[in-house]
Amino acid sequence: MPSSNVKKFIVYSLFMGILILPMVGLPSTGFEITRALLVWGVFVGILAFWLLGKSIRGSDAFQSAAGGLAPFRSRLFDNFTKVPTKIYLCLLLFALAAYPQVANNYMVDVGITCLIYVVLGLGLDIVVGLAGLLDLGYIAFYAVGAYTYSLLNLHFGLSFWSCLPIGIVLGAVCGCIIGYPTLRMRGDYLAIVTMGFGEIIRLVLNNWDKLTKGPNGLLGMAKPAIGYPSFAEGGVKWVSYSLKSLHSLYYLILLIAVLTVIGVGRLNNSRIGRAWIAIREDEVAAELSGVPTTWLKLLAYAMGAAFASVAGAFFASKLSYTNPNFFIFMESCIVLCIVVLGGVGSIPGIVLAGIVLIAVPEVSRELQNYRMLVFGLAMAVMMVLRPEGLIPATRHKRELHETEGETYGE
Amino acid sequence: MAELVLRNISKRFGGLLAVDNLDLDVSEGMILSLIGPNGAGKTTVFNMITGVYPPSHGTITYRGNKLNHLRSNRIIRNGIARTFQNIRLFKSMTVLENVQVGLHCRTKSGAFRALFRTPHQKQEEKEIIDRAMEILEFLGLVDYRNEYASYLPYGDQRRLEIARAVATQPHMLLLDEPAAGMNPRETAELMELIIKLRDTGLTIFLVEHDMRLVMGISEIVTVLDHGQKIAEGTPKQVQENERVIEAYLGTKSKERA
Ligand SMILES: Nc1ncnc2c1ncn2[C@@H]1O[C@H](COP(=O)(O)OP(=O)(O)O)[C@@H](O)[C@H]1O
Ligand SMILES: [Mg+2]
Repeated sequence: MPSSNVKKFIVYSLFMGILILPMVGLPSTGFEITRALLVWGVFVGILAFWLLGKSIRGSDAFQSAAGGLAPFRSRLFDNFTKVPTKIYLCLLLFALAAYPQVANNYMVDVGITCLIYVVLGLGLDIVVGLAGLLDLGYIAFYAVGAYTYSLLNLHFGLSFWSCLPIGIVLGAVCGCIIGYPTLRMRGDYLAIVTMGFGEIIRLVLNNWDKLTKGPNGLLGMAKPAIGYPSFAEGGVKWVSYSLKSLHSLYYLILLIAVLTVIGVGRLNNSRIGRAWIAIREDEVAAELSGVPTTWLKLLAYAMGAAFASVAGAFFASKLSYTNPNFFIFMESCIVLCIVVLGGVGSIPGIVLAGIVLIAVPEVSRELQNYRMLVFGLAMAVMMVLRPEGLIPATRHKRELHETEGETYGE
Repeated sequence: MAELVLRNISKRFGGLLAVDNLDLDVSEGMILSLIGPNGAGKTTVFNMITGVYPPSHGTITYRGNKLNHLRSNRIIRNGIARTFQNIRLFKSMTVLENVQVGLHCRTKSGAFRALFRTPHQKQEEKEIIDRAMEILEFLGLVDYRNEYASYLPYGDQRRLEIARAVATQPHMLLLDEPAAGMNPRETAELMELIIKLRDTGLTIFLVEHDMRLVMGISEIVTVLDHGQKIAEGTPKQVQENERVIEAYLGTKSKERA
């Protein structure tokens, strides 16, 4: 192992030790040195493994061996890439659809949470990833969706489906209201102001007792229902079936997530998406290439908020309960973590990060108290090792392959 | 009346008068060059025309419409396009995508059409690609269409900037030092390209330091020094003008020292 890697290993291990030992070792019950050492050991092990792999791959012996294997490997790789992406997507979809059939109720519930966060992550990706506007108050739109559905359902008995468009419009309007004053801001100022707006919405929900019942929250919303025709005696009747079971709710959010993936993907590859990316790259050049940047930035806020609003409405109807404390600043951070860890602007990356970041802490209950610590660590490590995210955005690479086929020939 | 008319234009940056009471007419279909030593205020003139900032005084009229307080994207839509002295491409986008962004202001499909992939939207996306490919073909960049903009050689990046500007379907093209950093062969190609563009009906408003290029293709040359117009005329008239030689060579030699 080259000495630079040894040095890197020692520095990183010590750094993580300093970070982990006091925080994991000092839970409320007292200093648990064994657990802290265990967590640290795992990190150090992973790091050693990674660095070792890297130096082996860099060594001359490996290079020459790889040279001999290269034709074989590229043939294998070709065989994998020859299969169209659509087939992989179908397999993935099939796996996701089959998941509730093999998982227990608890796991299905975790799956639902993951998918909600996938939708949120993709929505935020429009704002952060495509248009390049840092938004730390994103969870507010999730709250808008949840409360829109809750209030309309409780007071007017409107169904989930009729509340969806209302929630989308309200979410988009809130997105514009919050987006408008921030249009001229950049970077850190934008982050602070959006964070403030996010908190304002939460505080309003918390204190407007008459409407929102304050911190007690709202209770007793109906689950989403679907109607189907039934051929009983005397002709056709519409029967409504309430999606009460976890399984049916899982399929509903899966549908929403799939539609979100398709929607964001389409936006990404459209005239609007290209204009957003242009704004992210160079706002002045975009404006001077004829892109109305002000309007498009507002649109990005509105579209992002609309997706969050749908997720919020689903969330409230799933629990039949909502309260302002679901929408704290930390939630915005988690969604932002999903976007950054997954790879800004990368749809598969965000889907993966949404599932990993929500499922892992959820399943390993032990870790739950240290969730934010782990998030922080993961972010720090990612920024050092892989700043482009788990699965970097591939629009360019993909277009490179598709030019002859889809992009140009379609 | 001329296509673009500047009347009594001034621009003040704090204590500095970058452009001082400038009158300028650009007539349709011609190649007009604005020259002058570094810091003379040439880029500032372009910035005011394209609405990066408004002039402190004076009016800018384009085809009879006052531009002074329009947003830049509206000015571009009115038919003026520009390139930048320090290249400002969208670096992580491909060459094709850069040109597609230029077509934004001539196309319509919004977010909803994109979400639902309406037939109209699909058709328009196809047209955008076809049009962008035509423009790349015209500028000889078609082989690079899938490269990242930042991977292009310098001269091609400058041409891509022109391509993106041309994509906005302008009547008038403002080029800010397009030959900067080019070798003589690339400059010669650029010269042909500018003439070719003019022949498609574009008015060319050029800011350039390369005198062979300027004197070779311009119909009118305007000379700016310390924000003031000190001479205007055909290349020949300007080259023989005493004040120009003094101002120009004076600063030039100081610069070299
Ligand atoms: N945004 C600005 N703020 C302050 N001063 C500026 C600004 N832009 C240009 N200047 C100043 O105005 C003068 C003219 O600049 P510029 O138009 O870029 O000159 P040129 O393009 O002819 O080289 C320079 O002295 C420059 O420093
Ligand atoms: Mg300049």
